[in-house]
Amino acid sequence: MSEATTQGNADLHTIRVALPFHLRNLAGVGPEISLEVAAPITIARLLDAVESAYPMLRGTIREYETRKRRAFLRFFACQEDLSNEGMDVTLPADVVSGREPLLIIGAIAGG
Amino acid sequence: MSGIRVLVGTKKGAFVLSADGKRNNWTVDGPFFAGWEIYHLKGSPVDPNRIYASQTSGWFGQVVQRSDDGGKTWIQPGVTPGEKSDAWPPKPSNRFPYDVSAETGKPLTTHQWYDGTQHPWEFKRVWHFEPSLTDPHTVFAGIEDAALFKSTDGGESWHELSGLRGHGTGPKWQPGAGGMCLHTVILDPSNPERIYIAISAAGAFRTDDGGKTWKPINRGLKSQYIPDPNAETGHCVHHIAMNPTRPNVLFMQKHWDVMRSDDAGDNWTEVSGNLPTDFGFVIDVHAHQPETIYVVPIKSDSEHFPIDGKLRVYRSRSGGNEWEALEKGLPQKDCYVNVLRDAMAVDSLDDCGVYFGTTGGQVYASPDGGDTWTSIVQNLPSVLSVEVQTLK
Repeated sequence: MSEATTQGNADLHTIRVALPFHLRNLAGVGPEISLEVAAPITIARLLDAVESAYPMLRGTIREYETRKRRAFLRFFACQEDLSNEGMDVTLPADVVSGREPLLIIGAIAGG
Repeated sequence: MSGIRVLVGTKKGAFVLSADGKRNNWTVDGPFFAGWEIYHLKGSPVDPNRIYASQTSGWFGQVVQRSDDGGKTWIQPGVTPGEKSDAWPPKPSNRFPYDVSAETGKPLTTHQWYDGTQHPWEFKRVWHFEPSLTDPHTVFAGIEDAALFKSTDGGESWHELSGLRGHGTGPKWQPGAGGMCLHTVILDPSNPERIYIAISAAGAFRTDDGGKTWKPINRGLKSQYIPDPNAETGHCVHHIAMNPTRPNVLFMQKHWDVMRSDDAGDNWTEVSGNLPTDFGFVIDVHAHQPETIYVVPIKSDSEHFPIDGKLRVYRSRSGGNEWEALEKGLPQKDCYVNVLRDAMAVDSLDDCGVYFGTTGGQVYASPDGGDTWTSIVQNLPSVLSVEVQTLK
């Protein structure tokens, strides 16, 4: 999943992110947003860009103090569960190229 | 003409119920923040159009919302849509960082866990907002895990009044069944330096210096599960109420027992009297009769519903001990709802109105001090909190 690391650091990529229903409402956006992110494109850098562009989402995806993924959210892309891959792992090539979005999904729990 | 606005927080959104001073015909607006748990909404006494709301979710954490137009529209304080910011750490409205700095005295990092071990303090949610009596930009937040925070910029940023956790008993505090929450914040209108708070299951505390230092005010509370009759902390206080004209007199619904204090919490005496059960969550005081108080007795700590399926508010006109059941207009058959600790409020019209919400989604109103009741709405999500604004 590291093809993105072959991109130059100065390269900007348009990355697609699919947000869950409640975060769309909070940000006032549709099902998917697009962000310009410089390589290497990791989950951490992508979330930095999300929180920079949509400050109302700060604290809703990552915990403030630890900056870790909130426990009941999951990250998926290209039919892979990236939730536990670590924040600094580069995203799949199809996400970097814009063919696939990173999916932020609420874990199925509760009622 | 005067009007009433009832702010209702539920497990699936917020609702604003409005009526004129007659309180007969109600308009229901909402849900706001649909699908989110709204633990509490409360308006500023200085600027009633300013309302603070606690929006929470097990998935997405805490969000703070503020309205400056009486609940019609809402913003996250300090967040301007479309405005980018790369600052970190940010100072957004939903960040409640515990103060662990050495400069503030005794930074505490752990409290007692259910199994008796020490457990780190972890922010979970805001249970209660208490707007300042004098400044619409100043608001207090009672949070879980128990701590008191203050904002002086309309909820844009928060700092902890860390003297409370620094009191020294913090490592002995432990969560109640609903978590270790600071759920009650009462500001003394006669003394801006005095604040009362209550924590489940630590007890009640008071500051007389604006929040720098705190003392436990639990003398006289007796809890079956605490063997030490003089225990300074550990009591499961469910709610405290005060009539602003007599700020030294407090009424408390404890886990079991209804209590009163006539000396600002220094000493408590039981006033459960002839209540059919003295377990419950809510308690409130009539707006103009400071010896008239209301509770909703709940069968027991194991059965959180009214006795015999009959929903009854109990009123004492003597500050406790002698209670009368109020049932006119309330369901007297097959009613098995609960009324949670922040889900009762009073208005300040000449004929004091009393309001409460249930876990079954009903919000009841009495325009005559409890004599008769009608349901404003019957099928909301489970009600977490009810606050009332009297609009002149």
